[in-house]
Amino acid sequence: MPGAGPRLRPVAPWPRAIGQVPAAADALMAITGKLGQFRGESRFTTWACKFAIFEVSAKIGRHFWRHPAVPLDAEDWDRLPDRFGADPAQEAEWRDLAAALRRAVDEVLIPRQRQVFVAIVLNGVPLDALVVELGSSRNAIYKVLFDARRKLRSVLVADGYLRDDCPGNS
Amino acid sequence: MNDWPALDRFLRTDPRDAGCDQAMEMLHVYVELVEAGNPAEQRYPGIAAHLRACGPCGEDFEGLLAAVRGDAD
Repeated sequence: MPGAGPRLRPVAPWPRAIGQVPAAADALMAITGKLGQFRGESRFTTWACKFAIFEVSAKIGRHFWRHPAVPLDAEDWDRLPDRFGADPAQEAEWRDLAAALRRAVDEVLIPRQRQVFVAIVLNGVPLDALVVELGSSRNAIYKVLFDARRKLRSVLVADGYLRDDCPGNS
Repeated sequence: MNDWPALDRFLRTDPRDAGCDQAMEMLHVYVELVEAGNPAEQRYPGIAAHLRACGPCGEDFEGLLAAVRGDAD
């Protein structure tokens, strides 16, 4: 540890999720393996707790596949309105938008973007669970979805379905 | 137009978005800035943008903030 001396104080209580997941030993291993990377930028307890939380997030992602709600390759577009809280009373309005979104997904996304979009948006697969299934990283999957979102919004704006009220932010 | 605000919000992307790797790398520093009432968002706008858009990183941020504040039970 750097001699600058991080301020130590009693460890704050763990978040509820950590207490409910038997990940303490794995979290401790993760922290122990990274001790040499601590640079004193924060309290040691904050830094250590960060890795415990990452460990729990990853473990929850792996746990998802023990009882997956839907197969990864399922594709139920009827779920879309529920996913985004569409008001059933406005069915006529969002039906056109949903159809346009589906066309855009089919026409402008590359296969990897489509796979990630369908898994996360249509099937409700947690991002960390998809990371496990695809043998990827959170950052890589997020970037794929980020690019897909940007492409889809651009198409929907160009076709007049969404308002382009933030030029430069598509 | 814009009859589906949740979809609109989801599809919006922020070019400042730093991504998961950078956000996770600096999360402990960012959390302590927030905890201390310092302008974390101004100092790290890319991380702030990311935490608003990325569910998993946002949850990790909230969990770590709760832990350092000692308000998790």
